[in-house]
Amino acid sequence: MAQLRLLSAIGLAAFFGVWTLIALSGLVQPQFLPTPLAVAREFYRLLETPFAGYTLEQHLLSSLGRYGLGFALAVAIGVPLGLLMGWFRTLDAIVTPLFDALRFVAPIAWVPFAALWFGTGIGGPVLIIFTGALPPCLINAYRGAKFVEPRYIEAARMMGASHLRMVTEVLLPASVPSIVAGLRVSAGLGWQSLIGAELIVASSGIGYLMVKGQSNISTSIVMSGMIAIGIVGVAIDVCLRALQARIERHRQ
Amino acid sequence: MPTARIERFIAAGTVAAVLAAWWLLTATQVIPPTRFASPDEVWAALRQVALAGYADARLHQHILQSAKLVLMGFAVAVATGVPLGLAMGWSRRIEALLNPAFLLIRPIPPLAWIPLAIVWLGLGDAAKVLVIWFAAFVPSVINSYAGVRSLERHVIEAARMLGAGRWMMLHEVLIPGAMPFIFTGLRLSLQACWTTLVAGELIGAAAGLGRVLAQGALDLFPAMILVGMVFVALAGAAMTWALGLVEARVMPWRS
Repeated sequence: MAQLRLLSAIGLAAFFGVWTLIALSGLVQPQFLPTPLAVAREFYRLLETPFAGYTLEQHLLSSLGRYGLGFALAVAIGVPLGLLMGWFRTLDAIVTPLFDALRFVAPIAWVPFAALWFGTGIGGPVLIIFTGALPPCLINAYRGAKFVEPRYIEAARMMGASHLRMVTEVLLPASVPSIVAGLRVSAGLGWQSLIGAELIVASSGIGYLMVKGQSNISTSIVMSGMIAIGIVGVAIDVCLRALQARIERHRQ
Repeated sequence: MPTARIERFIAAGTVAAVLAAWWLLTATQVIPPTRFASPDEVWAALRQVALAGYADARLHQHILQSAKLVLMGFAVAVATGVPLGLAMGWSRRIEALLNPAFLLIRPIPPLAWIPLAIVWLGLGDAAKVLVIWFAAFVPSVINSYAGVRSLERHVIEAARMLGAGRWMMLHEVLIPGAMPFIFTGLRLSLQACWTTLVAGELIGAAAGLGRVLAQGALDLFPAMILVGMVFVALAGAAMTWALGLVEARVMPWRS
């Protein structure tokens, strides 16, 4: 065990060591490969000094605002639609062919239409996050509703539950675990789509910061952006995993 | 079953209704032509890009260029990711050595590597192959690793008892055992590759389906954007289908 931990430390040290050595060796210009320390310093500097119009926190806030909106829209449309499709077979037959056709289009391929329809402010990126985050929400709600135990449905039907109550009081609670699992996938895909969208159609946000760093040929700014993206992505997943654990505990 | 037939009928009806609505809304200009294209315009755009060319190349050249980059990046990722994942799954020491660095880079989505690849390698093919490699590398490693870990201990011990050497263990036990997981990883990788490639080509490329999309956006040419989107989807679907064929050949015992 101690040996394994030592190996892990060696692995990490080697990763940063080789990186620093290459950066310091002069083989590559510091503009293209700064040392890890220089990247950390740049990250810290970006927190205080604005770059591309805003500080790093402000860029992150603007990204998170768009992300929240796109993700919320995907949940608000995907989950109810998935549940309804799981209950009404006609709706299922109507939506499925359209959904399957649209699902093949990578979210990032919506970029030109996002720009054409909504511009670069908030609408364009939100459309792309929405298209990235929608499928897992819808599919998991649908699967959850399809795999509800038939005896619950029969019991509710015996007691004369209406269609509305069947969906909200039987299917929804029974599919919560499946839905939450879908939310986790969807949150990750949405975050990735946001970054893609901001690289192309945005005038603020963390992706935009990276594009500006790229056109200034500043690797340290680009890497700071990558670090921020990684941290936020992990934080989002940790939050949803906590939610998932809480729901599972609640059900037992 | 009659219900299945009714549902198929409804599905066909929906598709027909959507196509009719599309035609009606664009023909009456309820949707302005600057925002969305009519079926005729899409047909004309398809003919234009297929026969005369658009964005400096004809349709098949764009498709070949995109497919070439995806296959190159994907092949390099599989060649590096799968062995690494197998090694990390097999040996706790290799895992301990490599996992921390891997965990550090894993949360960074593939698309976030695009600006770095452009700073390092410019807008040419090399930058795209680098980013595609990265997009496919992470799922390849994770799934090969999980595949080896999913093997039951007694299978490995039985092979060892029967005197399997290292090569035989790898070739006859680890790789076939991990294969279902490896292919799950490859499917995920391939999808990630396409998304990443399209993003990379949208940002800057001399040719490729993403270039068609980018040029269509610049020219405010909705019909061409639609043609580009349709072919991005078709090419991605075709590659996933081809991977399915490979999977069926490599693992005949599964189907």
